[in-house]
Amino acid sequence: MESNLLFQLMVNGVIVGTLYGVVAMCFVLIYKSTQVVNFAQGEFLLIGAWTCWWLVTSMALPFWIAFPMTFLFMLAFGVTLQMVVLRPMIGEPVISVIMVTIGLSIFFQAVMKSIFGVWPQPFPEIFPVKSVNVLGLQVQPAYLMSLVVSVVIMGLFAWFFKYSRMGLAMRATAFNQQVAQSLGISVKNVFAMAWAISAMVSALAGVVVGMVNGVSSALSFFGIKVFPAVIVGGLDSIVGAIIGGLIIGLLENMAEYVDGQWLHVGNLYTVAPFYVLVIILMIKPYGLFGTKTIERV
Amino acid sequence: MSVEGIAAPQSRPVLEVRDVSLGFGGVRALTEVSFEVRKGELFSIIGPNGAGKTSMLNCVSGRYKPSSGRVFLKGRDVTGLTPNTRATLGLGRTFQNLALFGHMSVLDNIMVGRHHLLRNNAVSGALYWLTGARREELAHRRKVEDIIDFLEIAHIRKAVAGTLPYGLRKRVELARAMAVEPSIILLDEPMAGMNLEEKEDMARYIVDLNEEWGMTVVMIEHDMGVVMDISHRVMVLEFGRKIAEGLPDEVMANERVKVAYLGIDDDEAAGENAA
Repeated sequence: MESNLLFQLMVNGVIVGTLYGVVAMCFVLIYKSTQVVNFAQGEFLLIGAWTCWWLVTSMALPFWIAFPMTFLFMLAFGVTLQMVVLRPMIGEPVISVIMVTIGLSIFFQAVMKSIFGVWPQPFPEIFPVKSVNVLGLQVQPAYLMSLVVSVVIMGLFAWFFKYSRMGLAMRATAFNQQVAQSLGISVKNVFAMAWAISAMVSALAGVVVGMVNGVSSALSFFGIKVFPAVIVGGLDSIVGAIIGGLIIGLLENMAEYVDGQWLHVGNLYTVAPFYVLVIILMIKPYGLFGTKTIERV
Repeated sequence: MSVEGIAAPQSRPVLEVRDVSLGFGGVRALTEVSFEVRKGELFSIIGPNGAGKTSMLNCVSGRYKPSSGRVFLKGRDVTGLTPNTRATLGLGRTFQNLALFGHMSVLDNIMVGRHHLLRNNAVSGALYWLTGARREELAHRRKVEDIIDFLEIAHIRKAVAGTLPYGLRKRVELARAMAVEPSIILLDEPMAGMNLEEKEDMARYIVDLNEEWGMTVVMIEHDMGVVMDISHRVMVLEFGRKIAEGLPDEVMANERVKVAYLGIDDDEAAGENAA
């Protein structure tokens, strides 16, 4: 049934879209608070997934222990990365910082390949069933989990920025670092925290995708897919990132449908988001929710 | 805290600046400037454009690190400390060019100033009723409401800061600096760009802040009338050097200050500077 396939693809789109949204949110978090365009975002997924995989397989830990441990590791990793590599780059030209994150991306890819090899490794079965039936659709439990966890994380993000002390400090820092400092906010801590949160939450997405598709360097492709999402949503809008992620997720799957049914181009699935990226940049360069910079002359 | 304008002179100064020099490459922004601000004082720094007033303030607040000299806050050497550490030690400031968080509400802007005073973190904050986060928030909100009442900005507390008119934004900025609960507050041109009525309001707030709240104030301002009216003591900078310090009347009568402000013939000026 075609309509059934369409529906299945749309559900897939929403699920993958929320994952894109989560990763895009992490990307925006770093961009907003530290003005760094992080090209190594995809590698956060990769490192997180491999860490969790290693803990589950080699260390034979149960998943529910390995998962929080991965989180702790990524927290430390994010803070260290910021302190060692990016803190000295504060005040350097934007292009230098971008080069550093591209370098990091290549570096981490290579390190992961040398440690874990180039072949995709399947996650051991975490859930007892292969797929669950939701309204007549076959959905993998990992994806269901990802959907729930993503929504929870988005809620936490919203709460964190609106009500928590550090969240307010981060918003203040994003707006004006100098003023934030004059109010007793340690900009260094805020930066480290942004990277830590971003690494942690990306790792979560990495683990979920790894559970479905197996863990391999293909995971870091998520880091590239995030660009259409954040450009559609607006580079500095967290809400925009989530919506952008959903749009891109849905769009991908729609492209798959259109391609499979009529066009038969092949791989439209992969390319479609980038067409959108280009089109958005041409017609609405600030994205749907991004800040328009208005200059008074 | 002293309600009187000037506290007992023997008390240790809140702010002590000793021989501070600052250079940017070949430009000497400040040359061996020293001054003290005592508790409860309203101290003004004046000088022609480019005299180094804001540089001086930035050395005190930690934005710039002086090339030589030391800065003491409540007797503690803070010369090497970051701006945020100084803020937690009791130093508040406002900026010459408005620097509010434009997308946030007035209330949020002020709450950011409470940052270092809030104890609860994201984890204990989540256990709102158990960890005292609720009690803490109430106490902070009360303090914030006091400040809001004092500056008469209650009617705009929910407004987005970026949408407010200039005079009100200046007031919100003062409120935010007050929220830090500083022992000393640095005001960089609090009345710049205001009309007469707004200036009078602002002057009244500053005087009340000083007299009722007992806040020590260091102010940079161009409006001579206001400065001479409300300051306890005045320091004059010219080309990065201190050329006078004292009571407003003394400073007004000072020959060098007249030269710096009104200007005289070049020959005469050269003679004055050489003296």
